[in-house]
Amino acid sequence: MIVLRLPGGLSLRLRPRALVVGLAGTLLALVLAVLAVGAGDYPIAPADVLRVLAGGGSPADRFIVTELRLPRLVTALAVGAALGLAGAVFQSLTRNPLGSPDVLGVTSGAATGALVVVVAGGGSAALAGAAAGGGLATGLLLYALAGRHGVGGHRLVLVGIGVTAILTGVNGWLLTRAPLMDAARAALWITGSLDGRGWANAVPVLAALAVLLPAVLLARAPALRLLEMGDDSAAGLGVSVRRVRVAALGAAVLLVSVAAAAAGPVSFLALTAPHLARRLTRAPGPNLLPSAVVGAALLLAADQLAQHAIAGRQLPVGVVTGVLGGGYLAWLLAGERGGRR
Amino acid sequence: MTGPDEKGTLMRPDTSRLVGEALTLGYDRRTVAEDLTVAVPDGSFTVIIGPNACGKSTLLRALARLLRPTRGTVLLDGADIHRRPARQVARTLGLLPQSAVAPDGLTVGELVSRGRYPHQGLLRQWSREDERVVDQAMADTGVAELADRPVDELSGGQRQRVWIAMALAQQTPLLLLDEPTTYLDIAHQVEVLDLCARLHEEQGRTLVAVLHDLHQAARYATHLVAMRDGRVVAAGDPRQIVTTELVEEVFGLPCRIIEDPETGTPLVLPAVRRSGTEGEPAPAVAGRC
Repeated sequence: MIVLRLPGGLSLRLRPRALVVGLAGTLLALVLAVLAVGAGDYPIAPADVLRVLAGGGSPADRFIVTELRLPRLVTALAVGAALGLAGAVFQSLTRNPLGSPDVLGVTSGAATGALVVVVAGGGSAALAGAAAGGGLATGLLLYALAGRHGVGGHRLVLVGIGVTAILTGVNGWLLTRAPLMDAARAALWITGSLDGRGWANAVPVLAALAVLLPAVLLARAPALRLLEMGDDSAAGLGVSVRRVRVAALGAAVLLVSVAAAAAGPVSFLALTAPHLARRLTRAPGPNLLPSAVVGAALLLAADQLAQHAIAGRQLPVGVVTGVLGGGYLAWLLAGERGGRR
Repeated sequence: MTGPDEKGTLMRPDTSRLVGEALTLGYDRRTVAEDLTVAVPDGSFTVIIGPNACGKSTLLRALARLLRPTRGTVLLDGADIHRRPARQVARTLGLLPQSAVAPDGLTVGELVSRGRYPHQGLLRQWSREDERVVDQAMADTGVAELADRPVDELSGGQRQRVWIAMALAQQTPLLLLDEPTTYLDIAHQVEVLDLCARLHEEQGRTLVAVLHDLHQAARYATHLVAMRDGRVVAAGDPRQIVTTELVEEVFGLPCRIIEDPETGTPLVLPAVRRSGTEGEPAPAVAGRC
């Protein structure tokens, strides 16, 4: 633990390991991003990519980078960061490593919203809006069902699993109602995909991050840390338990909903990123910033795999995160059970 | 009700910073206590006792601002505790709850430093004063040498001392403890209670604890509150109020009371029930107390 003391009574406390993980993760994500922009049927050297990003480069390079590849990449980074951050908040609030928005039904709710639009024959903008609305509505429902008596412990997780089951059923039914072409499009959306994402998809996620990251991270992180010790302990230390919880839960649901609107319900990322971040920082607490950074790097890497792993054939990124994230989680849990003292 | 106390030198026996007035307490629609009035004398070591489900922990939760009374008010320094900001209350009143969980891997030093939360801000995360107070709290509770150990590796007694250290780091004149000795063996129970007594006597803190053991309560308390069925049956100096009648009334336990040879405080000896007919208390024994 490093303490920085500044004149005027200001003091900051930093964990060196968490700081290193955050910086290294950011660096990794940026390097990956430069390489990813250069990769594809029309390869561009990293130096040329940097030249374009600095405002130069040939017109052809400029067009491919800023119009075709960069939007998708920025969307991946923003969605990954949003899901990582939201997952960390959810796991912290539920005090449960499985308490992620996928398990609790928020992402299923977003899918339901999107499917309703598909069945009704709406366009892309309506679909994104309905996805965000579906996620938020599910968040409210969860809070109404389980939040009043405190979301701690298993209550929220159990209610969330129930909500997920119902929504999965509803989603299946909606898929059967959709015309065949639309059903195919909907199935792709439900898997989670970054295919053809442009600035219009990236900007809302970036905006949500710009507002909620400081609001959740700076203002609520210490209180969230205390909440992990139990509601009573936190209240005894002067945390306004209900206010902090509503604010943090609201912010996390908003992030998940906006992310789902941009890229569909990308599975397992919100569950995996905080786990990985915690393993790397070895710090107790929600690890918000490292989770966001790890989430961004993970989704970017997964999307590159999805695009280039099988030559000539693109996979939806949700397939990659599902396979890798699920596998990682199974491996983690199996190892933990064996290795527990 | 607030009897004077011979132990406290810093004590002004007639004042109470923490008072519960005409409290009706309950969860959802179940009422646990009605029209309950309790004052915690300043500088006292107040212990609340009573049989299971008599509302003693509920009362402590209300006094600690964890539970909002259905009716009545809890006054801290004369103001409704629920109308004051949580952080401000946490600088006056510390709490050791029953249900505290130490997150995986958290070290003793980190846990104790969390007690500084009500004194910290966004840009004042760790002042020299914070550091000094945390070191002092760990020294006072004898956990300084454990500072770098993870909390989840400690024994029950050590862990309880660490939680008390965290509450001490809060630097509050009032400290509330909800069953601090539960799940501890007898040696650790005494260790924790001795620590509480020391905090009370040497640092002049006002302590309120819920305890199960009547003997320990009578030995350590300077002010005893005996509850049954959500009401206060008696309150005052244990030497004056602990009688066979009171124990019979509060716990329904026939007993004899002798003087504790160690401390001179009342020592409650449950009467022998001869196992004559099964489940039927022998009348001769009951008559003896």
